[in-house]
Amino acid sequence: MLLFCLFIVVPMIAAIVLSFVKWNGLGTPTWAAGSNWAEFFRDPVARTSVEVTAKVVVLSYIVQTPISMALGMFTAGKQRYKSVYATIFVLPLLMSTAGIALMWESLLDPTFGALTALSKSWNLSFLNQNWLGSPNLTLYVVIAIIAWQFIPFHTLLYAVGRRQIPEVLYEAARLDGASPAQMFWRVTLPQLRYTIVTSGILMIVGALTYFDIIYIMTDGGPGYTTRVLSLDMYDVAFLQDQYGYASVLAVILSVFGIAIAVGLARFTGFASMASQQEGAA
Amino acid sequence: MTRSGILGRFRTGKLVAIVLATIWLVIVIAPLYYMILASFRTQGTYLTANPWIPSGGLSASSYGTVFGAGLGRYLLNSVILTVVCIAATVTISLAAAYRIVERRSRAVSASFMVMLFGLAIPIQAIIVPIYVLIYKMHLYDTLFALILTLSAAAIPVSVLIMVSFVRDIPRELISAMLVDGGNEWTVFRQLIWPLSRPVLATLAIYDGLNVWNNFLLPLVLTQSNNVAVLPLGLTKLEGLYSVNVPAVMAGVLLSALPLVVLFVIMRRQVMNSLGGVIAR
Repeated sequence: MLLFCLFIVVPMIAAIVLSFVKWNGLGTPTWAAGSNWAEFFRDPVARTSVEVTAKVVVLSYIVQTPISMALGMFTAGKQRYKSVYATIFVLPLLMSTAGIALMWESLLDPTFGALTALSKSWNLSFLNQNWLGSPNLTLYVVIAIIAWQFIPFHTLLYAVGRRQIPEVLYEAARLDGASPAQMFWRVTLPQLRYTIVTSGILMIVGALTYFDIIYIMTDGGPGYTTRVLSLDMYDVAFLQDQYGYASVLAVILSVFGIAIAVGLARFTGFASMASQQEGAA
Repeated sequence: MTRSGILGRFRTGKLVAIVLATIWLVIVIAPLYYMILASFRTQGTYLTANPWIPSGGLSASSYGTVFGAGLGRYLLNSVILTVVCIAATVTISLAAAYRIVERRSRAVSASFMVMLFGLAIPIQAIIVPIYVLIYKMHLYDTLFALILTLSAAAIPVSVLIMVSFVRDIPRELISAMLVDGGNEWTVFRQLIWPLSRPVLATLAIYDGLNVWNNFLLPLVLTQSNNVAVLPLGLTKLEGLYSVNVPAVMAGVLLSALPLVVLFVIMRRQVMNSLGGVIAR
């Protein structure tokens, strides 16, 4: 409890305080009132970062949700071959983000990479791209790799959610002559409501704060095209030593995160879950 | 619609599902296959051989190279960090959950609410104050700094999961034990602890994966080689061997190996817990 307060609660408050202060980490911090905040609205790099982050969040959600849901439904079945599929699907979860980044970095290498080799032996010239150095393409490559990393986890969530739906509901629907599509829209989807919200919140908050792969693979480049907010903050804090301004970015990041999570929970009627939690306290 | 028509549609649906799932299977396996193959090349054959075909000279020399470059040390650091963090979070969250469920005082429920709030705060958002704090405590560049911060970061989720579990332990069992002359400690040791063992395993797997793979905190809080953990060590390897891709791939594979071995041993448990932790 003390540990938690010291390293989570105190920094939460400190981040807010620091955002009103000018400090390079060495000297004495000086009060800066709102000047850090004013800087945020003038800073073109910060604006770009917000836009890039928004793209990452929205596209990650759009790409990952349908794929995870489909794979989750598929692996929820009891057949033996499906459990083999499920086991293999989990493998990316066992790799560290750093490992995933390094693997894809060499795979996508424009000279010696595996995709370049494929393009040569099969004559598929569209596979021969400067995947990590093209201003129009790299952001989407990064989003695809993030999807590769996180779809396994969300697939597990959906598989667990699907298995918890009582089989009786499907039997009843079948007796009423429902088609598979009708069963999906009328039984599966409504029953998966909590899974959809949980997975959605995790996906969105995760994408919002995404850092590792981008830091290792592109470091925000080419130009500022993959510079997400959390990378911008890291840069401002630890490379430019502007702890006050970095804290502004940090506060903005967490406000976005909390707002989206709470908004999504409200919007989808997650409130009944919240009251369950209240009962615990 | 005729009966055979419906059955026919079921079959086509199934076929489409299998085809799509197999496409994803290839997307998952292909990069891993490429990585394994690349790790068995030498610097020379990596540049000349086709990266998809296992011919043209394979060798395990890269594995020797990465151990020479200190991978063993990174591995040891990661194991120490993960084991200590799991022990700390599991003990703390179980004790905290027991407290929260048993004592319904104001202070306790207030701290529980703070903890729920902590769930929503990403570690990125508080990394600057954490860095300053660790620096002022003279813990910068130590494994202990990582142990403290990663355990603290794991506590909100862990406590939440434990609370929802401990709450389901029948109150009658506890009061019966107290009537029989047990004190709180015996209740905890003889009832709560044995009953929660399966959940604790789940929690250990979930927290363990997060600690093992965390990158940002080691990046910010440590710098020297002898306290580097695996994810950070891998990027150091890359800096050292940017032209030696086989060595980097061997490092990535070796760093995932302990988890793969554990996964093979306890596959069911891992799959259930990863999904179950959140879905509860």
